[in-house]
Amino acid sequence: MSSNQKTTLWFLLVALLLVTIGFAQSWSVSLGIMNLCLISAIMALGVNIQWGYAGLINVGVMGFSALGGISAVLISQKPVTAAWQAGWGNLLLAAVFSTITITIVVLCYRKLAASRQRNILMTVVTIAGLFLARYFFDPAVVSIESVDSAKTGYLGGANLPILVSWVIGGFVAGGIAWLVGKVALGLRADYLAIATLGISEIILAVLKNEDWLTRGVKNVTGLPRPVPYEINLQSSDWFINLMQWWHSNNLIELTVLEKQTALKQFVIEGSSIFVKLCYTGLFATVLIIILFLSVKALNSPWGRMMRAIRDNEVAASAMGKDVTARHLQVFILGSAIIGVAGAMLITLDGQFTPTSFRPIRYTFLIWVMVIVGGSGNNMGAVLGSFLIWIAWIEAEPLGVWLMEFGTSGMDQNNWLKLHLIENAQHMRLFFMGFVLLLVMRFSPGGILPEVIRKR
Amino acid sequence: MSFLIGENMVGGYGGADILKGCTIAVDQGEIAVIVGPNGAGKSTAMKAMLGMLPLKSGQVKLKDNDITSLTPQARIAKGIAFVPQTNNVFVSMSVRENLEMGAFLRDDDFSQTIDQVFELFPILAEKQKQLAGELSGGQRQQVAVARALMSQPSVLMLDEPTAGVSPIVMDELFERILEVRQTGVAILMVEQNARQALNIADKGYVLVIGENRHTDTGQALLANPEVRRSFLGG
Amino acid sequence: MDALVDLTNAVILLLNFVIVPSLAYGSQLALGALGITLIYGILRFANFAHGDTMAFGTMITILMTWWLQSKGISFGFLPTALLALPVGIFATIIMLIFTDKVVYKHYRRRKDPSVTLMIASIGVMFMMNGIIRFVIGPNEQRFADGERFILKARAFKEWSGLNEGLTIKTSQALTVVIAIMFVVGVFWFLQKTRSGKAMRAYSDNEDLALLSGVNPEKVVLITWIIVATLATVAGTLYGLDKSFKPFTYLSMLLPMFAAAIVGGVGNPIGAIVGGYVIAFSEVTLTYAYKKVFVYLLPSSLEPDGLLQLLSTDYKHAVSFIILVLVLLFKPTGILKGKIL
Repeated sequence: MSSNQKTTLWFLLVALLLVTIGFAQSWSVSLGIMNLCLISAIMALGVNIQWGYAGLINVGVMGFSALGGISAVLISQKPVTAAWQAGWGNLLLAAVFSTITITIVVLCYRKLAASRQRNILMTVVTIAGLFLARYFFDPAVVSIESVDSAKTGYLGGANLPILVSWVIGGFVAGGIAWLVGKVALGLRADYLAIATLGISEIILAVLKNEDWLTRGVKNVTGLPRPVPYEINLQSSDWFINLMQWWHSNNLIELTVLEKQTALKQFVIEGSSIFVKLCYTGLFATVLIIILFLSVKALNSPWGRMMRAIRDNEVAASAMGKDVTARHLQVFILGSAIIGVAGAMLITLDGQFTPTSFRPIRYTFLIWVMVIVGGSGNNMGAVLGSFLIWIAWIEAEPLGVWLMEFGTSGMDQNNWLKLHLIENAQHMRLFFMGFVLLLVMRFSPGGILPEVIRKR
Repeated sequence: MSFLIGENMVGGYGGADILKGCTIAVDQGEIAVIVGPNGAGKSTAMKAMLGMLPLKSGQVKLKDNDITSLTPQARIAKGIAFVPQTNNVFVSMSVRENLEMGAFLRDDDFSQTIDQVFELFPILAEKQKQLAGELSGGQRQQVAVARALMSQPSVLMLDEPTAGVSPIVMDELFERILEVRQTGVAILMVEQNARQALNIADKGYVLVIGENRHTDTGQALLANPEVRRSFLGG
Repeated sequence: MDALVDLTNAVILLLNFVIVPSLAYGSQLALGALGITLIYGILRFANFAHGDTMAFGTMITILMTWWLQSKGISFGFLPTALLALPVGIFATIIMLIFTDKVVYKHYRRRKDPSVTLMIASIGVMFMMNGIIRFVIGPNEQRFADGERFILKARAFKEWSGLNEGLTIKTSQALTVVIAIMFVVGVFWFLQKTRSGKAMRAYSDNEDLALLSGVNPEKVVLITWIIVATLATVAGTLYGLDKSFKPFTYLSMLLPMFAAAIVGGVGNPIGAIVGGYVIAFSEVTLTYAYKKVFVYLLPSSLEPDGLLQLLSTDYKHAVSFIILVLVLLFKPTGILKGKIL
C-alpha cells in the first residue's frame, strides 16, 4: 500500500468516525468535535514544523496558544477610555524606565568584561530600575483596575474585527518566540523542553495576574463573533426558509400546527449547526492554507536544509548552513502557527479564561497528536490531531458506558460501581498515555511516518 | 600456544571489514605491542580480542579456552583488564574510589592489592583522596592503569596509554608498564609512539590495513630496515 | 530595650512567615529534586512523570492511612500517614520497576537519544495521572489527623510577651526532620556502599563502569527503588503539610526541575541546595516586608507601600523564572553538574 493510499484510508476512517458520532449522538456534537480537531491540527502543524522538520522540542505550546488567545481579546474588545485616561501617563513612565533599565543592563552585559563588579552593577541597576518602574506602574495599575472593575478594570482592546486577531495572534506568538528562541535555542534538547515548559508557565502567570492588561482571572467574556449568532438566525426569514426547504420531506405530511412546532425545532437545531458549519469553513480554510504552505516548505530546498540540520547538525553547519538562524526561524514560524490556532480557539469559545490553560490539555496532548500521527509528516500531524481529539472527547462517554456495562451485575448503589462510573472520565488520560507509548514502541514514526524521498 | 591469542580475526563495524584475518598473541610476563599506520585496525584488533566487536571469522582463545562468543563483561570476569584511550577514569570519584571500582568484581579483601598498586604508583598513594578529575594527564593515566590492575588480571590491554602525554611522562609510564610485566601479567598494547613502544616490547605486530605485515621481537623490528623506513620514519 | 523587643518581633515575623514555611517547602522540593537528579544521572533523561510518581505514592499512602484510621489505629502524636508510608513506598517501587520494564528498558537497550525517553515519560505521566484521578479523583483530599502544632501563635505570644506569634506545625517540623533523615541515608548509600559507588561510577562514566563489571540493570533497579522512596516520602510530606490534589503535584514538576537544575543536574548535593534556593526565593520575593520594617525603622520613616518585590500571585512563577535564568546563563547549575 502506498503512503498516499494509507493516508486516504486513515482520513476516511476519521470521516466515518465523525459521521458515526453525528448519527449516534448529534450533528452538533460531531461538528463541535470537528472544529476543535481543525484547531488542534493547526497547533500540531506548528509543533510538527519545530519538532518534525527541525528537531526542536517546544513544550511551551500552551503559552503560545494563550498568547494567540489574548490577542483575540485585545483586538476585538472596545477600548476602555476611562481606564486609558486614568493610567496612561504613569504607564508610559513605567515603560520608559523599564526600557532604560533593560538597555543599561544589556549594555553592561555586552560592553563590560565579565567580573564580579559587573554582576553587582547589573544587579543594582536591575533592582533600582524595578523599584523606579514600580513607583509609576503600581498607581497606574490601581487606577486602571478601579475603573468599573466589575465590568472592565482593564485597558480594553482595539475594537477591530476578531478575524484580524488570527493574524495578529500569530505575530504576537512569533514575536515572543523570537525573544525566547534568541536566548533558549542554544540549550540541549531536554533543557530546551524544560525551559519552554517553564516559559509557557511564566506567560500564563502574567496573563492571569496582569489584570490591567488582560483582566486576569476575572476573564473576558462575550467576544464578538466572526459568524452569525443563533438567535439572529432564528429570526431571519432566509434562514427559516432554508430550513423549510432542507426539511421539506419531513414537513410535508404534517398538519399546519404540527408543521409550525416542527419547523421551530428544526430552526433552533439548524441554527446551532449552521453556526458551527461557519466556523468549520473558516477553520478549514486556515488549516488548508497552512497545510499547503507547510507541505510546500517541507519539499522546498528550505525544508531539505531543515531536515539536513535536524539529522546532522555538525555536518550541516560545516557545509555553511547557519544552524542557529535556521533554528530561530523555524521556532518562530511554528510558534506563530500555534498562536494563530490559539486566537482561533478563543474566537470559537467567545471568552478568554486563563485558568483553563493547563499543560496537559494544551501542551502534552498536542504532542501526543504529533507523535501518534507521525512527526515530520504534515498529514500525519493532522491525522493525529483528528484521531486524538475524537478519542479525547469520546473516551468520556465511552468510558462511562464501559464502566456501566462492566458493573451491570452490581447493585445500583454499590459504592464501587458509583465510584467507577463517576471517575470513568479520567481514564481518558490513561488511554492517551497508553496510545502514545504503544505508537512509540511499535510504530516509532507514528501512524503516517515521515516520507523519506529517495533520489 | 600463547596465553591469549586472536587468530585470523575478520570483522568490522557493519559494512566493510577492518580486520582481514590478522593474528595477535601475547604470553604472560610479556609485552606485546601493536603498531602501524593510521587506520590499520590496531585498536579494532584489540577491541575484537576484548569482545567489543563481533567477529565474522577467526577466534579468540584465553588459556586454550575459546572465548570468541563471550561478551566483554564475561571476558573481564575471566581476567582480562582494559584501559581505554580516553575517558578512562571516573573523574568525579577519588583516586581510591577509582581503584575500588577496579576491584568491583572481587569479593575478597583487596586492601593488599591496593598497597601493591600504591607501591607501583607512589604518587597515587599521596593523592588517594583527591578526585581523579583534578589530576594531571599523566597521573590520570596512572590511575587508569592502576584501576585496571585492581582486578588482578592475567591480561592487561592498553589502548594508546601515552596518547597526549609529554615525553617525560611517557617514559615514566613505560617504566611502570615494565614493572607490571615483572608481576607476570600478559600486556597487550596499541601504540602510536611506535619506536619507544617497540623498545620495551617482547613482541611487536606491525598491522597494515587489517593484516599482519611484520611480526617479530621488538628489537628485531626496530632493526628491520623496511619497518624503519615505512613505519618509524627512517 | 524597646529596640531589642522590636528587633525580636521582626525576627519572629520573618521566622513565622518566611523561614519556617520555606524550610518545610524547601525540604519537600529537595526530596523531589533529588529523585529527578538521580534519574537524570543514571538513566540520563528528564523524567516528566516524576510529579505523578509523587502523587501515586502519596495516593497509596492516603488510602492506607484511611484504612488505618478506620480501624482506629494511630501513631501517637505523629500522623498516621507515617505508619502507612512503607506501603506507599513499596507500591511505588513496584510501579516504577514495572514502568521501567515495559517502557524505558526498550529504549535504553536500543541506546535511543534521551529525548525519546523523555517523550516516553510524558506517556507514563498521562497514564499515571489517569490512574490517580480514576482511583482517588481530581479533588483535594486531607489525610492528616487534624492540624497539630508544636508551637501555637497564641501560646508563643503569652510565653514571650511579644506582639508577634510563632506557629510551627507538626507537619513542618516532621518534614524537615524526615527529609534530613532520608537525604543523609541516600548520601551514606552513595558514598559508602558498594552499590552506591557503582551508581556513582555508572553516572560518571558508563563505559568504564561496564568495563569494571558493573551490572547496568542492577544500577537502574536500585535507582528506581531510591527514586520511588524519595518521591513517596516527598509527596506524603507535602500532602501532610498542605493537602493532596493531583493537579498540585503535576505543577510541582517545574519547581522540582528548577531545584535540580539550579543545583546542577546529576548532582545530589545540588538538588538539596536547589530545593531550598527555590523555596526561599519563592517566599522571600513575594513576601510583603512592610511589617518587618515597621518594627525596625523609627516611626517617622515608616514605609507607605507593602514593600513587596513581586505580587504573591507570582509565587510559582518565581521558580520558573529562576529555572529559565539558570538554564540560560549557567546551565551547569550553581554547583558543578553531573556528579553523583
